[in-house]
Amino acid sequence: MTFQVTVNGRRRTVTAGGAASLLDVLRDDLHLPGTKGACEEGECGSCTVWLDGEVVCACLVLAVQAADRDVVTIEGIGGDGRHPVQEELIRTGGIQCGFCTPGIVMAAADLLHRDAEPDEDVIREALAGNLCRCTGYTKVLDAVQAAGRRMRGQGLDA
Amino acid sequence: MSTATTPVVIPGIGADAQRPDGVAKVSGDFAYASDLWMPDLLWGATLRSPHPRARIRRIDIAGALRHAGVRAVLTIDDVPGRRTFGLLMPDQPVLADAEVRYVGEPVAIVAADHMDQARAALEQILVDYEPLEPVVDPMSAMAPGASVVHPAGNLLRHFRLRRGQHGRDDGDVVVRSVYTVGTQDQAALGLESSLAFPTRDGGIEVQAPTQWAHEDRAQLAASLALPIERVTVVVAGIGGAFGAREDLSVQLHCALLARATGRPVKMVLSREESFVGHVHRHPARMEYEHRATRAGRLTAVRARIVLDGGAYASTSPKVAGNAGAFATGPYAVDHVQVDVFAVRTNNPPNGAMRGFGATQVCFGHEAQMNRLAGELGIDPLELRRRNALRSGDVTATGQTLRGVVAVTEIVDRLATMPPPAATTVSALRRPGGTGNTTRGEGVVRGIGYALGMKAFCFTEGFDDTAEARVTLRAGEQGPVVEVRSAASEVGQGISTVQVQIARSELALATVVLLPADTTVGSAGSSSASRQTAMTGGAVRDACIAVRRQLFARAKSAGLTGHLTLDAARVHAEGGTHLSVQALLEEGPIEHTAVHRHRETTPLDPATGQGDGFVSFMFVGHRAVVDVDAELGLVRVVDLGTVQDVGLALNPQAVEGQIEGGSAQGLGLALMEEVQLDEGRVRNASFTDYLIPTAMDMPRVRSVILEHPDPDAAYGVKGAGEPPTISSGPAVVAAVEQAIGHPLPQVPVRPEHIVAARLATAGDRLTR
Repeated sequence: MTFQVTVNGRRRTVTAGGAASLLDVLRDDLHLPGTKGACEEGECGSCTVWLDGEVVCACLVLAVQAADRDVVTIEGIGGDGRHPVQEELIRTGGIQCGFCTPGIVMAAADLLHRDAEPDEDVIREALAGNLCRCTGYTKVLDAVQAAGRRMRGQGLDA
Repeated sequence: MSTATTPVVIPGIGADAQRPDGVAKVSGDFAYASDLWMPDLLWGATLRSPHPRARIRRIDIAGALRHAGVRAVLTIDDVPGRRTFGLLMPDQPVLADAEVRYVGEPVAIVAADHMDQARAALEQILVDYEPLEPVVDPMSAMAPGASVVHPAGNLLRHFRLRRGQHGRDDGDVVVRSVYTVGTQDQAALGLESSLAFPTRDGGIEVQAPTQWAHEDRAQLAASLALPIERVTVVVAGIGGAFGAREDLSVQLHCALLARATGRPVKMVLSREESFVGHVHRHPARMEYEHRATRAGRLTAVRARIVLDGGAYASTSPKVAGNAGAFATGPYAVDHVQVDVFAVRTNNPPNGAMRGFGATQVCFGHEAQMNRLAGELGIDPLELRRRNALRSGDVTATGQTLRGVVAVTEIVDRLATMPPPAATTVSALRRPGGTGNTTRGEGVVRGIGYALGMKAFCFTEGFDDTAEARVTLRAGEQGPVVEVRSAASEVGQGISTVQVQIARSELALATVVLLPADTTVGSAGSSSASRQTAMTGGAVRDACIAVRRQLFARAKSAGLTGHLTLDAARVHAEGGTHLSVQALLEEGPIEHTAVHRHRETTPLDPATGQGDGFVSFMFVGHRAVVDVDAELGLVRVVDLGTVQDVGLALNPQAVEGQIEGGSAQGLGLALMEEVQLDEGRVRNASFTDYLIPTAMDMPRVRSVILEHPDPDAAYGVKGAGEPPTISSGPAVVAAVEQAIGHPLPQVPVRPEHIVAARLATAGDRLTR
């Protein structure tokens, strides 16, 4: 079926089979491969995007469920620049292979937009659905905390 | 290309450096193998064996060939060259050849216009199987008269270590126990994927997330019956590896389909397929006997270790060698008798994973040290200190240790690590998290320690080399250094390190790392914690040669005396200088270097003695756990580690290796196990195979020691594997200490903890 969806601020027209997931449509039809797939069942969080401002696993959303709704992906999160979470993941070394990184950026940015001063347990809970096999999460936590400080305008080393 | 990197400001060696691919990775712009695409692309899919063992009477592909969109259906008879492949020995059919030997073994492959068509066509392939009785238990595979799994026999290797007067029964105390370690999946997030296409010269290019491009190329050329120079392997963006990308996965199948159709072909495995699409860490059964004097001096160690290799060899023989070589851990012991058997079964093949045999045996030798400490009434750390290997000591494999051996320092630093905060009452931090419905009444705390040891670089006399090419040329805005090697960036940071080395050696701002592929010589595998020492060494050697040539030009241009290089200028002693850019006007300077480590020799096959290893890495962990002893739930509340890395070229990346590697050890200790039922993986998903989340993994306290290796480039020792070796055993020791019972089975499951508590008091640990 054919429907419209707003992706990263742009109105797009999509034709997709009834079984296609939002992840399939983003990667294969809209050529936005930044959203990753690694488990196909909502366990790993690699495909995390925002749907009408809510964090979802794109592999668990039928494409047609996104009709006439607003989707933000890793390609759109930073606008013309980069989101503080993206900057801080680079700075702290919270990236290794990076396959989980787009999903972590989307989940962490969502948290920080709701709560720019989360304590560590809150960050851990917010990222509990995003598997990372490389980093052991320590530097990811550092990055999210630093991004929060940056968003609160306290400077990097506050 | 994924690895095309923009010049970024990266410091020289010894300073924290950001990744050259970091911007692309946070932006979603980094192309992983699964993101590759070409016009006119076909999709490949694999038909896999549903049987652990069966004879194939007939394969009928007619229905699949008629299926909409299908362009090719291939079986073993379509392989133009060598019909088998394999990393150490080519013992696995490229596609099943008359018999299948494990559930998931590839039987036929299909290429079609769309992925859905390729997968649907698989169902139209009719295979007439005659199921045979599988051999799924390695102990029965070793028994006399066992059914033979493979024409090459069931025994992949019997590694023997004999030192001192083995068979002695001296010593005042003896502890014996049997330990088991489950099968661990590397669980890299990036799935197996490749893209292959025919090239104009009649050859093939394969873009693949491989740990070792040149090894892939050699295997591809053999089975495709192509001259090696017609096969190009490009290292595609890699979403984690951890050993799972040493063996071929879909590369060869993809290439066969591309050759058959004349079109580009892409294959991507599903997560479920991935669980049989790459080798796993060997499960191990380890019988140990340790003897010691009343004063706490180890006198003799005996071990008998059985590794389940699965149906095909992969790296099993080498894993067996490592398991044997490090079976006694980082301790001095005079009398050693170790036998390691790697055995074939009809289980999915096992092979490389971080730690490579040393990880499994660490659970054994460290549990033994704790039991011995209990028997002797000596503090477990003190017992380790008394027996620690020191410089000048001889290892169990007969090698004299040179340079600083940091084992006692590691023990001392672990002993003085500050204690973590007292038990927290936060429901989130309780064992089991918010799923724990108690008020924490049954929670007890435990502390455990473990030490680990492994060699870095390839072992047993392997002539290990790495090549790198460095070009210095005049760019538009000044001199540019280009670095090229085939080293695989699997996430560990070899790309960053190569740039750092060139920055330091040539003192120039602009360093560009070119994509990794087979147009330069082999860098060897991104394995065995070797890549910084080896490819890093090659980049250093090439830079030094380039600098020498630059200085020769400067002398021809009039500079005299001792020359130095700084800020894009060549300086002479008197204050005169020439700009590097000007010296490059006559053309670029290029050098290709091949780096070798010091010579090693194979171990004696009868005794396992020799000078088989370049050097050794030492590590230790302290784990603090809260255990809900009634529910069997564990929370690791603190994980600290001390590791000697020789020299940290990029301290931030070394910490990253330590933190992530420690997490994989924690996972193996508490939750990760590929479960098999008659050779069939029962938990082939991230719903059922659990890896640590941000809720499970504490922050890691890393203490990095820097005692330079006397032989390796910059004195670096490997950093990647040690964290995974000792973190799991420390966690298990902490749980044992908390509940006061031995836990010989890894991963430790809730039922083991509950059952251990209910067991008789006679089993109680005395610690």
